[in-house]
Amino acid sequence: MVISDSRSKRRRLPQAWLVLVLAVGLGSALAAVHVTLSPVIAANRLNETLARIPALLEPNPDPAGGGRASSALKIEPRDVQVKKKDKTSFYKVYQVAREDHFLGWVVKAAGQGYADKIELLVGLDPGIKTITGLFILDQKETPGLGNKIITAAWRDQFAGKNAGQPLRLAKGDPGKHNTIDAISGATISSRSVTRIVNQVTRDLRGPLGTERGKPES
Amino acid sequence: MTDQPTPLERLIQGVLPENPVFRQLLGLCPTLAVTAGLKPALTMGGAVAFVLLSANIIVSLIRNLLKPHLRIVVFTLTIATFVTIADRFLAAYLYTMSKTLGPYIPLIIVNCIIICRCEVCASRQSVFTAAADAVGQAAGFTLALAGIAFVRELLGTGMILEFKVLPSFWPSWVVMILPPGAFLTFGLLMGLINWFVAYRSRNRKPGGNT
Repeated sequence: MVISDSRSKRRRLPQAWLVLVLAVGLGSALAAVHVTLSPVIAANRLNETLARIPALLEPNPDPAGGGRASSALKIEPRDVQVKKKDKTSFYKVYQVAREDHFLGWVVKAAGQGYADKIELLVGLDPGIKTITGLFILDQKETPGLGNKIITAAWRDQFAGKNAGQPLRLAKGDPGKHNTIDAISGATISSRSVTRIVNQVTRDLRGPLGTERGKPES
Repeated sequence: MTDQPTPLERLIQGVLPENPVFRQLLGLCPTLAVTAGLKPALTMGGAVAFVLLSANIIVSLIRNLLKPHLRIVVFTLTIATFVTIADRFLAAYLYTMSKTLGPYIPLIIVNCIIICRCEVCASRQSVFTAAADAVGQAAGFTLALAGIAFVRELLGTGMILEFKVLPSFWPSWVVMILPPGAFLTFGLLMGLINWFVAYRSRNRKPGGNT
């Protein structure tokens, strides 16, 4: 199995034929798996999104009205484009109403985290004045540190914050009006989520806030 | 190379004498991370078994074509493919479990057990032996994970597979389902198994002088 130096240099590419053949073969197998399974995965994700929407707009559902299940919610998905100076952002926005009462918006947004893309849902009141909730759909942050962004304790800080101004990150100094407490050891993950939320409120305040922002009689 | 273990030996070795977790100390990242409950531990065991078996079979089939300096590339390529398939499959059919396990399923790619079995067994022995080896090692890995998860879930929550088994006055030891519980359980179980192996070999020596 010993190959002399000069020969091995001359035949570098032919030697790799097995690697190339395997790469093509296994790659096509992966493509086939992807084509077969991605619709199922997409459906799972959509179901999860829809299941999360009620809690994002009504964090403390009225216990007396427990009978009004989430089935009574009317959820209309739509795509929103926001044109900025250099680029256009796309958001999947769910417009949520119960019977005729307009509850608010749930926006799906994504951005770079520490390890990989973070995908989240932000709940907003009809006029984009207050953040009503936050849920992390997908993340691959460091287990034990960055992935604390999925805990309810951390996410609940966002509920009730003013959407009219950007949120700021603070270390060990929570409780102020527009600050979010950074997770110690996971400043970047905390900052990423805060940045994505700020971007959502900044981008959508105009297009959505004016559209249905007037108080309904 | 002349005195290679037989398929049966490979199968048995994986379960206890060469248990990947307790004897070889390989694959410890998932061992510590996903054993807070029996369900994720068994899912992880199943995913590793699938990847190990598939990778061992493929590598064994092409073992005579392997170039020594390109073998690691081939191993990694094969392993990464099957890990991705396992990951997509879980996301499609066990969505909540896939979210619970999070990055640990993609991380099977760097699980040393699999590349170690490709190197030690599959790249040198027949398909049948390689498959037996994969089954043995996967069984050893799954049993180790299930053992740790059993202790942690039982003491940490009083439940087994999310069914209440301990009486309600059991004060659930929350520390057991937190990371320190993983280290405690792993260390104690490993000590127990080492003691058992030593005890057995001590008892054998004087009597069974075959």
